[in-house]
Amino acid sequence: MSEKVTAERVTSRRGRGVVVRGNDIDTDQIIPARYMTSIRFAGLEEFVFRDSRFTSDGVPKGHPFDDRRFRGAEILVVNQNFGCGSSREHAPQALARWGIRAIVGESFAEIFFGNCVALGIPAVTAQRADVARLMDAVELDPSQEIAVDLAARTVGWRGGSAPIRMPDGAREQLMDGSWDAMRTLLEARDQVLAKAAALPYVKGF
Amino acid sequence: MATGRSLLDKVWDLHTVRELPGGQTQLFIGLHLIHEVTSPQGFQMLDDAGLPVLVPSRTFATVDHIVPTDTHARPLRDAQAEEMLQAIEANTKRHGIRFFPIGSGQQGIVHVIGPELGLTQPGQTIACGDSHTSTHGAFGAIAFGIGTSQVRDVLASQCLALARPKVRRIRVSGALGFGVYAKDVILHVIRRLGVKGGVGYAYEYAGDAIARMSMEERMTLCNMSIEGGARVGYVNPDDTTFDYLRGRRFAPQGEAFERAVGWWRSMASDSNAAFDDEVDLRGGEIAPTVTWGTNPGQAIGVTETLPRLDELPDDDRSSAEDAYRFMDLVPGRPIAGTPIQVAFIGSCTNGRISDLREAARVAKTGKVAPGVRALVVPGSEAVRVEAEAEGLHEIFRAAGFQWREAGCSMCLAMNPDKLVGRELCASSSNRNFKGRQGSPTGRTLLMSPAMVAAAALRGRVADVREML
Repeated sequence: MSEKVTAERVTSRRGRGVVVRGNDIDTDQIIPARYMTSIRFAGLEEFVFRDSRFTSDGVPKGHPFDDRRFRGAEILVVNQNFGCGSSREHAPQALARWGIRAIVGESFAEIFFGNCVALGIPAVTAQRADVARLMDAVELDPSQEIAVDLAARTVGWRGGSAPIRMPDGAREQLMDGSWDAMRTLLEARDQVLAKAAALPYVKGF
Repeated sequence: MATGRSLLDKVWDLHTVRELPGGQTQLFIGLHLIHEVTSPQGFQMLDDAGLPVLVPSRTFATVDHIVPTDTHARPLRDAQAEEMLQAIEANTKRHGIRFFPIGSGQQGIVHVIGPELGLTQPGQTIACGDSHTSTHGAFGAIAFGIGTSQVRDVLASQCLALARPKVRRIRVSGALGFGVYAKDVILHVIRRLGVKGGVGYAYEYAGDAIARMSMEERMTLCNMSIEGGARVGYVNPDDTTFDYLRGRRFAPQGEAFERAVGWWRSMASDSNAAFDDEVDLRGGEIAPTVTWGTNPGQAIGVTETLPRLDELPDDDRSSAEDAYRFMDLVPGRPIAGTPIQVAFIGSCTNGRISDLREAARVAKTGKVAPGVRALVVPGSEAVRVEAEAEGLHEIFRAAGFQWREAGCSMCLAMNPDKLVGRELCASSSNRNFKGRQGSPTGRTLLMSPAMVAAAALRGRVADVREML
């Protein structure tokens, strides 16, 4: 995997689910800073949730990411304020490189959410009761397919479904394949340079 | 009745290049700051796309996160850290970006040197691949953290695609009590509004308690906005702001400075500006504050007892239970008297000269308790020089503190400064997350630098008001 994947149209994500319960799971838990000393993102998957998964001596603690029933999961289900803390893109990079392609939760921290969009990972929210039902369903039968449908604004599982939400701008970026913003931003290159030239502090007052 | 505009609206509108489909804005970024950890992959992505840096004169670079603080000698002992330094040296050189390296006299934590050099100015949009970029909002800038793909976006286009946040005005009225600092104010704000209360908002800090704050205090306040979920926090620019900027290296000089002041003043929120939400707090009710849990909202006044689970809102109870287990603290007990093993003074939150002066006032009154490892890490080379000129380093050393080189140090422990095992650290930094200070089982209590110094001397959490 290179540092960046090519933009694709993301209208839905389907795959098996994995549940990581708890509110306020911060980016230091998702990827501890001591594993961020490389100038590349490659290999980060090895350290995702490291300290929740293993003791200091390397003994597994029974984290869902090590539960063989969830092996190969692509849809992560979480609770409130997931990804709070640092702006490190290493967090969604580590999740993506482990195999996560969509996240369903009660709420997300803002910078984390933006970083997910920039990687083509829909991070969608659902009502608390719906997230609870989805979590129970995935834990009861991890082999089933979970469908996150951005077009229909639903998340579906065997015997259930629920409405999901996502800010319009991000949803449209994902659906029309423009989530990798750089190309869009560069379309207005001349306007950007004109803007720079007009700003008092760039001009030197 | 006509309503005025907030600073956020004025800055946002001024920097809007165009509206994007779906309601996002293509926003021009007036100042881009980069550091060694979140930029190399961004440069790689730029190279992969075969693109140049569009406006190299608006990006500035330094090194802070992985820099050791015992010695700045090169090559660094950690080969990966050395590779990271070499990457930013090569990338900035190749793209014509100004770089403030170790030993230049201008190196330091990116959120300390931006203001120090006069790069940070009112009315700007500022982005950096670090969530504590909100610090620069102290000057009346709209400043926020971004991820690495967005670092690449700014390098390539000097722009970001963003949704405009709502604005919550937080007014703090009245005088702050003796021994109460900006750090206590922001810990109190987060305690009251929660760690996710600010999601979707920019926080405008106002009221006479804020108006009386120095620029360094305002930086501490805005720095931790992100811990309350708000990506942006700002204070309207005023004479305190302009006085701070006058004469700084990258600030406008001479007549241009006077013209700048007029423009800066015009960017402040109008007196009849409308806000999406308003919160009023009283400065007098804020005590020296200490966190007890694993997020910065889990905080109490130093004279309070640890909250019992049944006193907490339903939503907070499971996090609190988990935090108590991790911290090995007991609900109902006082926080004061909790033994510590490490004391850390520094970081982008509290590594400035005024922070070191306040800590030194306390350090002067005694010696670091036996068994406590105490570090003072200046936020920049310039802070270090200024502190040494004032003799602060001698006060700290005489009291038994280690006096270090500039860097992020033990705030996030991406360098050799780390907690060991279950150590409990009184820390002037910004995050008490599990594992944050480098040991997966290490524990952090956030507090003001003066409170950290007090804890270092007593060997346990203490009320600094008894020692000043």
